[in-house]
Amino acid sequence: MKHDIVLRVVGKLLIPFILLFALYVQFHGDFGPGGGFQAGVIFAAGIVFHALIFGLDHTRTLVPDRLVETMMAAGVLLYAGVGVAGLLLGGNYLDYFVLDQDRIHGQHRGIFWVEVGVAITVCGVMLKIFYMFASRDRDRDRDRDRDRDGEGM
Amino acid sequence: MAIAVVAMIRLRNLFAVVVLSGIYSFLMATLLVALDAVDVAMTEAAVGAGVSTVLLLGALHLCRSEEAKPAHRPWLPLAVSASTAGLLIYGALGLPDFSDPEAPIHQHVAPRYLQNEVDVPNVVTAVLASFRGYDTLGETTVVFTAGAGIVALLRRRRKGGGQEPPKP
Repeated sequence: MKHDIVLRVVGKLLIPFILLFALYVQFHGDFGPGGGFQAGVIFAAGIVFHALIFGLDHTRTLVPDRLVETMMAAGVLLYAGVGVAGLLLGGNYLDYFVLDQDRIHGQHRGIFWVEVGVAITVCGVMLKIFYMFASRDRDRDRDRDRDRDGEGM
Repeated sequence: MAIAVVAMIRLRNLFAVVVLSGIYSFLMATLLVALDAVDVAMTEAAVGAGVSTVLLLGALHLCRSEEAKPAHRPWLPLAVSASTAGLLIYGALGLPDFSDPEAPIHQHVAPRYLQNEVDVPNVVTAVLASFRGYDTLGETTVVFTAGAGIVALLRRRRKGGGQEPPKP
C-alpha cells in the first residue's frame, strides 16, 4: 500500500484530523461523550493508520518503541500519582476534593489528570501490541536470512 | 448482525471472517448509539472495528488464511452455548421494561450520580473517573498488564536467536 498515491494523500490529509479529534474527545470528555479510553484508542488508531499507509519503519522513527513503552507505564503512574497527591494534600486516596481550594474545581482537576493517565496508557498499549504483531513477520524473515547466511559460512 | 454471525460461522476463509467481524462491530456501535450509549459506541467503533481488525489482519498475515476442518463435531460446545443463551434469555425476561422510570436501577444510586455534586456534565465521565476512581485505576492497570504481557511473550526471541517462538 506504500505506493498508492490516493491513499498517501488522503492519509496525509486525514491523520492530523484523527489525532485532533482524539484530543478533542480527551479534553471535551467532561462535557460531551468521550474520555481517556476513547481518546487513547482513537489516537492509537490514527498512528496505526499512518503505519499502514507509510510503512511500519517510517512510523517507528516517528513514534519510537522507547516512547511507546514509557507511555504504557507513565499513564498508570500518573493515575496512581493523582491518588497519592490526594493523600499528600490531606484527603483519602483518589480523593479529588482536596486538589484545589475550591472542591468542585479540585474534582475537575482530578478527573482531568486521571483521564490523561488513562489515555496515555491505552494509547501506549495499543501501539505496542500493534508494533509487536506487525513486526513479528519481519523479525522471522530476518532470522531466517541470518540462519541461511550462517549455514553458508 | 445475525446474518454476519451466521456467515462468520459458516465461512472457512479467515480473511472474510475478520472483515465480517469488523462489520459486526460497526453494527453493534450503531445499536449502542440507538441505545444512547455514545461513549460505549465510540469505544466499540474504535476498538472493535478499528484496532482489533487491524490486529487480526496482522495475525492472519502470520498464519494460513484457511481454517482447518474441525476434528470432531462440536456438539458439546454447541450445547453449552445454547443452554447459556437460554438461561440469559430466561433471566432477561425478569428485567424491568426498557426505559421504565420505576426500575430499581433508577432508584438506587443513579439519582445521586445525576445530582452531579462534582459538576461534570458528562455523567459517564463523572462516574468513571470520580465516583468509581478505584475501578478505573484497576482497569488502567489491567490494560497496562496486557501490554506488558504481550511484550514479555513476543519480545523474548530478540535475544534467543533462531529458537521458534510459541504460536500466538
